[in-house]
Amino acid sequence: MRLRRSLLYVPGNMPGMLQNIPVFEADGVLIDLEDAVPLQEKDAARLLARNFLRFHPNRDKEMFVRINPLDSPYAEDDLREILPALPSGIRLPKAEHPEIVERLDTMLTEQEEMLGLDIGHFTIIPSIESAQGVLNCVEVAKASSRIVALAFGAEDYTASMEIDRTKSGEELFSARTRVVWAAKAAGVQAIDTIFSDVNDMEALRSETTLIKRLGFTGKSLVNPRQIEVVHDVFRPTADEIQNAVDVVEAIKRAREMGTGVISLRGKMVDAPVVTRAARTLRTAIAFGLIDYDLSDEVIHGQK
Amino acid sequence: MARNSLGREIPDQWRGRILDPYMDPWSKKPEVLRATRPLVRRHPGDSKLLPSLRAALEKCELRDGMNISTHHHLRNGDLLLNLLVKELDAMGLKDMGIAASSVHAVHAEIIPYIRKGVITRIETGVNGLIGELVSKGELKCDIIVRSHGGRARSLVTGEVEVDAAFIAAPCCDLTGNMNGVLGPSACGSLGYAYTDARYAKKVIAVTDNLVPFPAAPISISQSDVDYVVQIESLGDPKKIVSTTTRITRDPAGLLIAKYASEVIEASGLLKDGFSFQTGSGGTSLAVADNVRRKMSEGKIKGSFGCGGITGYFVDMLEAGFFETLFDVQCFDLRAVESIRKNAGHREISADLYASPFNRGCVANMLDAVILGATEVDVNFNVNVNTESSGYLLHNTGGHCDVAAGAKLAIVVAPSMRGRLPIVRDSVTTVTTPGETVDVIVTERGICVADKHEDLKKELRRRNLPVKDIHQFHEEITRITGKPRPVEFEDDIVALIEYRDGSIIDVVRRVKE
Repeated sequence: MRLRRSLLYVPGNMPGMLQNIPVFEADGVLIDLEDAVPLQEKDAARLLARNFLRFHPNRDKEMFVRINPLDSPYAEDDLREILPALPSGIRLPKAEHPEIVERLDTMLTEQEEMLGLDIGHFTIIPSIESAQGVLNCVEVAKASSRIVALAFGAEDYTASMEIDRTKSGEELFSARTRVVWAAKAAGVQAIDTIFSDVNDMEALRSETTLIKRLGFTGKSLVNPRQIEVVHDVFRPTADEIQNAVDVVEAIKRAREMGTGVISLRGKMVDAPVVTRAARTLRTAIAFGLIDYDLSDEVIHGQK
Repeated sequence: MARNSLGREIPDQWRGRILDPYMDPWSKKPEVLRATRPLVRRHPGDSKLLPSLRAALEKCELRDGMNISTHHHLRNGDLLLNLLVKELDAMGLKDMGIAASSVHAVHAEIIPYIRKGVITRIETGVNGLIGELVSKGELKCDIIVRSHGGRARSLVTGEVEVDAAFIAAPCCDLTGNMNGVLGPSACGSLGYAYTDARYAKKVIAVTDNLVPFPAAPISISQSDVDYVVQIESLGDPKKIVSTTTRITRDPAGLLIAKYASEVIEASGLLKDGFSFQTGSGGTSLAVADNVRRKMSEGKIKGSFGCGGITGYFVDMLEAGFFETLFDVQCFDLRAVESIRKNAGHREISADLYASPFNRGCVANMLDAVILGATEVDVNFNVNVNTESSGYLLHNTGGHCDVAAGAKLAIVVAPSMRGRLPIVRDSVTTVTTPGETVDVIVTERGICVADKHEDLKKELRRRNLPVKDIHQFHEEITRITGKPRPVEFEDDIVALIEYRDGSIIDVVRRVKE
């Protein structure tokens, strides 16, 4: 599975910032045509984003485009301009109902046919950013096979709830939990909301630590300076990696002895523990932290 | 007309001076003795105090065509040079030269006196409007740009004769003992003025803070000072030292800084005894911040920090990352306070800092230095004097001195400025020769000089974006397009002297 720890927003109407996209080490970018772009610059942003994507056919990171909401007068133009420039996928705002995702799916299919691409080429990341969205997110997450991740947007969510967003984020707890449930149940990744105070790295670190614990696999970012902190939080520690290696080695020994459970330093190792260890190892491998042969056979044993 | 070793066309002579084209950074040797000046005897009870700058100028018996000097420690707050030039005009003097250690934007006030012919030469680099007007051909004034070390050299060898040095002294007594650390115009180090004090024909201490004998501490002593003048104010304290520059928040600048510190680490120089110089800009400070973190993690104890000193370096001294700071110029109030209080914070002269022609300068002891650039080229030559407009806008500072001295000279710059690529086929003006530049760091890639194959390998091993400079140049110009070259007239408005006195480049008038 592809790492999406950090998805960096870049305003589509700022050429200087678009230009710097290849420079930063985010796993992906979200070129924004929606909230960051004032109405009078919607068309300029669309063209700039399209030209930028065309100019960079060889990419070291995923490049998503956040289009305007499907019920706005801009979304169709956004897709028509952007898709021929081959973004990785579309971040869909205000995905309150599965039907909205299905509509986008159809539009993408039409464009893929026109462009001669494989059906399913473009992926979708729906944004859950309202009370209605949170209630429906379980269905939204399963609305299209194009969905690779479900994203949570706290700014619009708190607005829809008529509450303030705090740094500690208690008010987001249940919504976040539900989004993660929906994502995991659908077998897709979960991307947490942005953290808007770009100078408070400590608070960003604690929020990222929290959402990692809840099960989110990544976070949307508003500033390149936030990338390092987020990656750092998602980076498995040397102890975690060593423990995961020990677990996998222990279960291998167990299987040789003809059992599926074994004790490691006084703690039981069985299938769920091995699954968690395998996830840690996969992440560590993706970070380039270790070189380890982690086949399905190693994780699940021979059939 | 000859071509120097970098292919720059250098005339055989300019304004009567026979020019020596630059060959390489190392082989030119001094062929003269140190310059001398007459000895003087002062008796007990002799007074040095004169009532005004005018009186001092008259005592120096200045004639048309002579040179005066000032230092630039008061930076953009300096009032003294402007006052002196007005007096020169009032005295009816013509064709005078300014041999200051630098000229700043505040000195645009002397432009009318350049137009009148009072001033016709500036024996130092200029920052700001004067250079621009000269480049456009709107102002006639011969400029010779010198590095800090090169300027010290030119006074010591006598190539530049200073007939009267006016040293702004923030704290001074009646005999001329002075320092820069006390008083309303405190600027910290007086490093640039030391050479003037020792080699000028006449030395005048100018102060707005006359204290009872003896002024302490003594930076420049009474044995070098001819006269003392008290004036109301030397400068605008708000502009003399800035408040501390902050570490950049620009993500691209931070990335540059991260790469630069990785380069230093990968070079193997970051170990006990490490010595380091960086500038005062936001990116330079960010490099210092990263280096500090690495020193802290590795429990590394450095030996010295050098150059223009900022509060950031003071913090590193106080936290024990360095044993010593060698300070030729204080950049902020924290640095001024530190040099006053901390014995490990040493004031040094520009000669000791960077002159190529003495028995060893501090720059030669540097491990790593972070330098800026307005342009670099595929041969690693660096320009800091002119911009892509072709106008002469900046003085050299210690750029080419420390590049030559340090084991690892790293140039940090954004890959583009506005719409323009930072890497060119050939820089508009060569300030620092590529032979002395080791690494160029931008947010889009790190270019390492071919002589450092091991460093390249190590950086690649660390997954850092090492790029061949020619490919990097293509990559950037693919984005920016190739800028149309600036066109120049034939006439030369300024010489760029290399630190050893050879001519590394000239600045021609821009075709308007």
